[in-house]
Order: sequence, then structure tokens, then C-alpha cells
Amino acid sequence: MELAAPSGAGSGAAALNIVVLVKHVPDTQLNRRLGEGNTLDRAESILSELDEYPLEAALQLAEARGGEAGGNMVTAVTMGPAAAVAAVKKALQIGAYQGVHLSDQALAGSDAAASSLALAALIRHLGPVDLVLTGLTSTDGETSLVPAQLAARLELPQVTFASSLEVISEGDSHKAVARRDGDTYADVVEAVLPAVVSVTDQINHPRYPNFKGIMAAKKKIIKTLSLADIGVAGEDVGTAGSWTVVESAAVRPPRTAGTIITDEGHAGIQLVEFLADHQLL
Amino acid sequence: MSAVLVYIDFPAGSDASPDAAGTGTPTAGLSKMSMELLTLARVVGEPIVAASGPLSEEVRTALGSHGVQQIFQCEQSELREYLVAPKADFLAQVAARISPAAVLLDNSAEGKEIAARLGVALSAGVVTDAIGLDRALLAEKAVLAGSYLVKARATTSVAVITVKANSVTPEQAAHATAPAVETVKVSFGPASLGTRIVERTARPISGRPDLSEARIVVAGGRGVNGDFTPVEELADALGAAVGASRAATDAGWIEHSAQVGQTGKTVSPQLYISAGISGAIQQKAGMQTSTLIVAVNKDADSPVFEIADLGIVGDLFSVLPQATAEIKRRRS
Ligand SMILES: Cc1cc2nc3c(=O)[nH]c(=O)nc-3n(C[C@H](O)[C@H](O)[C@H](O)COP(=O)(O)OP(=O)(O)OC[C@H]3O[C@@H](n4cnc5c(N)ncnc54)[C@H](O)[C@@H]3O)c2cc1C
Ligand SMILES: Nc1ncnc2c1ncn2[C@@H]1O[C@H](COP(=O)(O)O)[C@@H](O)[C@H]1O
Repeated sequence: MELAAPSGAGSGAAALNIVVLVKHVPDTQLNRRLGEGNTLDRAESILSELDEYPLEAALQLAEARGGEAGGNMVTAVTMGPAAAVAAVKKALQIGAYQGVHLSDQALAGSDAAASSLALAALIRHLGPVDLVLTGLTSTDGETSLVPAQLAARLELPQVTFASSLEVISEGDSHKAVARRDGDTYADVVEAVLPAVVSVTDQINHPRYPNFKGIMAAKKKIIKTLSLADIGVAGEDVGTAGSWTVVESAAVRPPRTAGTIITDEGHAGIQLVEFLADHQLL
Repeated sequence: MSAVLVYIDFPAGSDASPDAAGTGTPTAGLSKMSMELLTLARVVGEPIVAASGPLSEEVRTALGSHGVQQIFQCEQSELREYLVAPKADFLAQVAARISPAAVLLDNSAEGKEIAARLGVALSAGVVTDAIGLDRALLAEKAVLAGSYLVKARATTSVAVITVKANSVTPEQAAHATAPAVETVKVSFGPASLGTRIVERTARPISGRPDLSEARIVVAGGRGVNGDFTPVEELADALGAAVGASRAATDAGWIEHSAQVGQTGKTVSPQLYISAGISGAIQQKAGMQTSTLIVAVNKDADSPVFEIADLGIVGDLFSVLPQATAEIKRRRS
């Protein structure tokens, strides 16, 4: 089965072709472990909860423009081992229109540089897009590097940490307007599409898959691609293509509960005594 | 000795003073974070500074007392007018000239993004969230919400490293220098001028220490029920920063920049006082590397008690004010 080749141009004037990057990550609610070679044990993984926000943003933008019938496309894309297709399946159940899974042995152990290289090649392979939406950070790597590196590699404007996102269309030309909350400033930023946009968990309330969505997802297309398909050499990604290495890892002993007291009218004073004992006053 | 490039960012649009976040800084004009970066840079090599705006005399002197040999500054307005990318272009062009062994930046959201782009521009490995750095550029960092400590390294000829606040005690150099200043002219790639900042609102200055740098954090959650006063008063009595759970920031009781956790700030102060916060995994991700944790919660079964050094089962509206009054009493 082939992917649909939608293009905003030609269909509905304001239609958008959106790629959403969704990562398959170990469940943060469970105990996460580093395994062999100090890489992450990827058993018991799920769709990164922070990637539900860009997906919701994509669906809302597409729906406001008439959805699939209006010529819009929302493609959920993941890169990862065979099991990572679960992240795409979940995205399709939530509402993405089609999925792409980049899977290749050689990808194992990719750092942000290698991941962004592969994802950039994959996005180029998919053809012209209006928007690449990503999450704020992956809940396993926690680096937030991929969106900026992807924008740099694709030579597209980078609109990052968007806590709100609007797309204003004039004919075939689209402009993203986003709010970005920094520590010292709150900014409104603007970029002409195509652009790479990362969104925070402030942007919306992601929907849950419903029964209809789960049934509909069974009919949706998932295309699996290898590195050869997208023209990337194995040595440029994975451990070989990564520019960083984790040399050693030590488990931090989990915190244990200390003293628990129940307030009987003096707990505030006991708190201060505790601080005094630890030279914190 | 190899050169280490240290990036000093200015709040764009401000005058010639670097990021005002540092409080109680022994060297006027330079933030504590910048001083930490310079201190670490000297562990590795010779510090050279790239600053995103013109420097005052005061800051130049401060940089000299940190042993900085050379300052490159960019005065082009693009660094203020467009998001992130022009700053990375500036750093990449300075790095191309001096071939540093490493580039050090602060670990703010923007610091990490500049690092990300710089990594691509220089074909350099990027290590974020470093809390320590040795001579061989091996960086120490916590991963998986603080459950592991790892040592990571860039395998490339130049390493890009972002360093968390409070990783090192700032120290001046043994010998002060008089750094040479050069204003560079950066050429920007077309895509670097792709995202324009069209509106900018300065956040109100609280007068409290910066959340990421503070020695003590007092944080409130849904349990404050709309009233942060007891949290703020205790924070002020302790000279602490105020933090919050996402439930409290989502409710609009306090600004989002106060949020601690997976999608807020990661803090590791000497003391974290958690009040009216249940201790969800996403909250713990941002605070469980604190040296000491005190939790005040009405519900004895709250998960936060599993990680508290001192847990107080009680009402924050009586425990916190009593503690504040006791601190004031002891001090007077
Ligand atoms: C993608 C994602 C990202 C998230 N990121 C973050 C994050 O970065 N930071 C974060 O904090 N959360 C985050 N969350 C939310 C997190 O899961 C919790 O919902 C949140 O931390 C709960 O906040 P809380 O503890 O204040 O509220 P609750 O869980 O409602 O707990 C309130 C607590 O206050 C106690 N209480 C009530 N009244 C009093 C009183 N008078 N005195 C003492 N105690 C009282 C109660 O016993 C209760 O334990 C995230 C969630 C998701 C899905
Ligand atoms: N392997 C991957 N597959 C799909 N998307 C990814 C992958 N890695 C990173 N991303 C995207 O990039 C964002 C930031 O990830 P990171 O830079 O790893 O913190 C995530 O929220 C995803 O949207």
C-alpha cells in the first residue's frame, strides 16, 4: 500500500500537510533501566505522552481546515525498532490519518545527532510538507535537542516550545504564529511555513482514542521504511553515527522515606528544628 | 592549552548587562551561571567568551578576573529579533576561528537549543544537563528522572556541553587578565532568519532567587487551593525560590515558569519543601535529586512521603505559617 501524496496546494486552499513525530519510549510510570552498552531497556514502551500534544495540535489544525476530506494530511512518523510501530498505531487510533515507521537495525543507539539526521532524511523522502510537529522533549532522552537539530538539518525555520500555535493561511501561503514562554520573557513568534514546530504540554488537552477511532485505525496505512529506502548509510546513524557516548552509568540509590510525623500543633516548629539541624537557616 | 568557548547570553533587548538571573553575585554584572561556566572552562583549558551583545566595562573586568583572554561579541540586531538560530550561527562562526576543544552554554531551554544547532553546524556531539565536567571533557549527568548518574562524552573533535546551575562553586582565576574585545560580523543563513520575534513581554521580576539556581525551593500544589501566600511567606523567610506543581500552574494560581517537573524546571536545591503536592511521577522527575526533601501534606498516603526526608502529615495552612513565624522569632 502506498501513502497518500496530499498537497495543500491544489486541494483546499488552506489545507495543510502535517508530519507529527511520535516516539516510542519506556513507560515513565514503570521502573526504567539502562541495559547493555548503557542504552535504554526498551521493553514496556508506549507512545511518549509528550508527543500526544503535537498530535492533538495537528488534528485540530487539520480539522479546522476540513480534515482529510478537505485535502489535509496528518502523518504520524516514528523511528525505532520493530516494536516502535505501536507508537504509530496509537497515534492512528487517536486520529492521525496515516503512519510511517522508520525501522532499521543500524539505527540502534542513535543519539540526537543521528536521530535528527535520519528523521530529516525521512521527512525529505516523504516530500514537501507544511509543518513538522514534535513534542517538547522525549521522556526517555530528555534532551530536547532533536527539534532544533531537525530544523537546522532541513534548513527550515524553528518554532520551538510553542505553548500556543495558530496557522494563518493566505491562499497557498501559511504562517505560523506561536507563543513561547521563556523564563525572563514571553514571546510571540512568527514563521512562514514550512517549519519545524515543537509544542509544550500547555498547548492543548490531547484527546483519547475512542472505539470508533480504534476501529478506524485498523484500516489506516502504515508504511515501513528502511534506511536504504530513504538513502541513509548505516554508518551515519546508530552507535556508529552518534557523536556522543555514555561511558559509564551508575544507579542512584532510590530515595527512601525518612521521618514521618503527624502535626499535633507543633509541626511548623519541628520543621524549623529540622532545618536548623541541617544548617539551613 | 586548548581554548574553551563560553557563551554568555543577554536578555535580548536589554542594555549591556548580561542575564540578570544571578542574585547575590560576588562579581558585579556577571550572572552566577556565567561564572560557573567560566570556572568549569578553566578546568579544561583557556576560557574565551562569546557574548550576544556589547559588554560594559564592569563585565569586561569581571571576565578578566575569571581569566578570560579574549571576548568575541556580536552587536547585530538579528540576535534579538529572531529565535535561537542567529545565536547558533554566531557561535559557530567564532568556533570556526578559534577551534575550541569545547563550547559551554547554560542549560536553559534556549541554551540547549543553541547547543543543538551548534552541534549540527560543527558536526559536534552535544551533551546536555551536565552537573560536572573533568579535564577529559567527560560530563556527569543524571538521566531517567534522576534514577541514574552517567558519564557521557562527545566523540567529536569539539564538544558542545550545556551545564546545569549549581554544578560548581564559582571561583575567580588565580591571575586576572585584560581580555581583548573583538566585535564580529556574523553572516546568517536564510533559514536562520526564519522565525521572527514579533512581540516580547518581560516577566515581572519577583526579587526572589531564580528557581533553577536557588539553594532552597518552597513549592506549592493543588493543596494551596488558590492561595500561595503561606508558600511565598515561608520562601521569603528562608530566602528561597517559589516552585509549583503543574496542577497549581494549570489552575493559574502562579505563572508557568514556576512549574517544577518533567515539563517544567528540574531543580536540585539543598532543600525542597513540598506543600500540598501529592508527588506524581512527573513532579518527582523535577525535584528528586534535591539534597533534602520536606513534604507537608494532609494525606498520609501521598506518594510524596516515600521520598521525603521529613514528612509532615498536616495542613499546610497551619504548618507553613507556624514555621515562618518560628524562623522570624529565631532571627529576631
Ligand atoms: C505530560 C504530563 C506532564 C506533566 N508534567 C508535570 C510537571 O512538570 N510537574 C508537575 O508537578 N506535574 C506534572 N504533571 C501532572 C502530574 O501528573 C500531577 O497531576 C500533578 O503533579 C499533581 O499536582 P498536585 O500534586 O499539586 O495535585 P494533586 O495530585 O491533586 O495533589 C494535591 C495534594 O495536596 C494535598 N492537600 C490538599 N489540601 C491540603 C492542605 N490544606 N494541606 C496539605 N496538603 C493538602 C492533598 O492531600 C494532595 O496530596 C504532568 C502530567 C502529564 C500528563
Ligand atoms: N526516534 C524518534 N521518532 C520519532 N520522533 C522522535 C524521535 N526522537 C525524537 N523525536 C521527536 O523529537 C521530540 C524531542 O525529542 P528529544 O530531542 O529526544 O528530547 C520528541 O517529542 C519527538 O516528537
